Amino acid sequence: MRAFTKHTGLVALMDRSNVDTDQIIPKQFLKRIERTGFGQFLFFDWRFQNDGSPNPDFELNRPEYAGASVLIARRNFGCGSSREHAPWALDDYGFRVLIAPSFADIFFNNCFKNGMLPIVMAEKTVDDLFARASAHPGYQLTVDLQSCTIADEHGLSLPFQVDPFRRHCLLGGLDDIGLTLQHEEKIAAYEKARGIA
Amino acid sequence: MTGENRPRTMFEKIWDAHVVHAEERRQTILYIDLHLVHEVTSPQAFEGLRLAGRRVRRPERAVATVDHNVPTTDRSLPIVDPVSKQQIDTLRDNCRQFDVRLYDVDHENQGIVHVIGPELGLTQPGMTIVCGDSHTATHGALGALAFGIGTSEVEHVLATQTLLQYRPKTFQIRVDGRLAAGVGAKDLILYLIGRISTQGGTGYSIEYTGEAIRALTMEGRMTVCNMSIEAGARAGLIAPDDTTYEYLRGRPFAPEDFDAAVAAWRQLPSDDGARYDRTEVFDAADVAPQVTWGTNPGHVTGVDGRVPELADFPDDVDRAAAAKALAYMGLEPGTPIRSITIDRVFIGSCTNGRIEDLREAAAVARGYQVADGVHAMVVPGSGPVKREAEAEGLDQVFTQAGFEWREPGCSMCLAMNPDKLEPGERCASTSNRNFEGRQGKDGRTHLVSPSMAAAAAVSGRFVDVRQWEYK
Repeated sequence: MRAFTKHTGLVALMDRSNVDTDQIIPKQFLKRIERTGFGQFLFFDWRFQNDGSPNPDFELNRPEYAGASVLIARRNFGCGSSREHAPWALDDYGFRVLIAPSFADIFFNNCFKNGMLPIVMAEKTVDDLFARASAHPGYQLTVDLQSCTIADEHGLSLPFQVDPFRRHCLLGGLDDIGLTLQHEEKIAAYEKARGIA
Repeated sequence: MTGENRPRTMFEKIWDAHVVHAEERRQTILYIDLHLVHEVTSPQAFEGLRLAGRRVRRPERAVATVDHNVPTTDRSLPIVDPVSKQQIDTLRDNCRQFDVRLYDVDHENQGIVHVIGPELGLTQPGMTIVCGDSHTATHGALGALAFGIGTSEVEHVLATQTLLQYRPKTFQIRVDGRLAAGVGAKDLILYLIGRISTQGGTGYSIEYTGEAIRALTMEGRMTVCNMSIEAGARAGLIAPDDTTYEYLRGRPFAPEDFDAAVAAWRQLPSDDGARYDRTEVFDAADVAPQVTWGTNPGHVTGVDGRVPELADFPDDVDRAAAAKALAYMGLEPGTPIRSITIDRVFIGSCTNGRIEDLREAAAVARGYQVADGVHAMVVPGSGPVKREAEAEGLDQVFTQAGFEWREPGCSMCLAMNPDKLEPGERCASTSNRNFEGRQGKDGRTHLVSPSMAAAAAVSGRFVDVRQWEYK
């Protein structure tokens, strides 16, 4: 898995709460059997009009957000279906960091499996970030997972919290299955104790 | 000191019994008893195994079916959508290569994964059960710890028969009293989600307790547990009791020494004095038939209520979301729910696609006709449900009333197959999500119970099924 240590990127703002995974990647695109290529379908029903042309009213279509890699949104981001295609689509589109006051559990978990960093920040802090990003065209953030701080070019320096073990795995690009299989003898011992042949 | 003598909740008992390895400040390695698999979230997981040269550790503990992509019309015909067909073919190939049992399209027991698990007796109290699908919470109705996982986790379970998890907190939702006539399990869970919100359960495993929960049949319990995820909770459990044990007795995969199994299962319910991290108490008498008006399951009210005014939302973020929802749904604030007319009706899904749901809907439809201009369909949740319904003549009741009677599958719950809404169509649906575009781009979903859906089909609009004149 790709490691995450430090990332600097353009911020895009999504001023919506309860963004569900059906919006992030609509179901007709779940039929693929590969992990890749989902970026072109990200937020498909919001991004494109019926004739296939970009929807000028959708925030991610704003020219100033082209190439954005940090997404800031409102509460309960990623709710709904467990589809891991949602972080795949966000990642393939170019996002590496997501910031919101809260994330749905399964989506939050799925992000870490793909080398993406979801960061929970207090609503007031997210409000402030929205204000700062709106005030500065081309607003960028630097997200440092070593020091667990977020910085911008205007003097901001914010600490953030990440579960230490998840941080450790992201920093090292560690593969979950490989880590678990280091305890293979414990799995075998458990099965033996339960009579699982 | 292990603290084994302290009172424990059912969740803790199941969790503790499945810990393979726990360390401070790390995720626990949890053993998984049953891994349910379907065609949408497994292809990349099996591919990952192949690329890493790994096998499935316990193929006998995985069971697969096809449900999301399958058409609900004539199954002797080849699948028209080439991408759907490829995904189903891929599952077939993977199951063959990795030796996993598959209930394929033409199998008599094929159906929606969360319908066939309990039906076959695969789902049992005290188990840990996972599937790459968020409605895996359904199986908690039998007292199992069951939750949805992503595709990377599907691969992890296939490779190791374990899952890395942080232990969630426990949330008791107690429902006192009894549901009124005409008010059922679907109304109850919609009401609860409306009360605790779509993120009220995030970070928790819910246990549903109380007189009203005890009074539910197994299928009613499945409906309630199914929608736990819509409140943000990955898992929702109901303690097993004699109702549970009688449901399981004699099912194909029920334990051979059934009495010994029951004796063990009787140890599972939460101990007296067990502590939950959070408890909320509700009164079943407060629950009216529910109808969602917006674009998440928390946007819900009683059928005798109205579409809310924006001023009803003190929180700015909630108010903005409600405004967007009303615009998408084409509804004006203050509109009485009973004045909302509908174009389509869908009865089915892992929430309400079981035999009792079909009986409930048929009882309402019997002797009536689907209203002009309404297209209504009924999709049984599995082969056995379909056969049982036909043996009871329910299919005749539906078709004589003008409903379409279909083959088992996820169907119009999520429109990954040919069953979908056209833009702007308004649907009374017994499924579990009313997100924008869920049932078809620009489709408008209203979540209801099976009896409310049938009543809406006949009336052409939402009506209070508590006043229904049964024929």
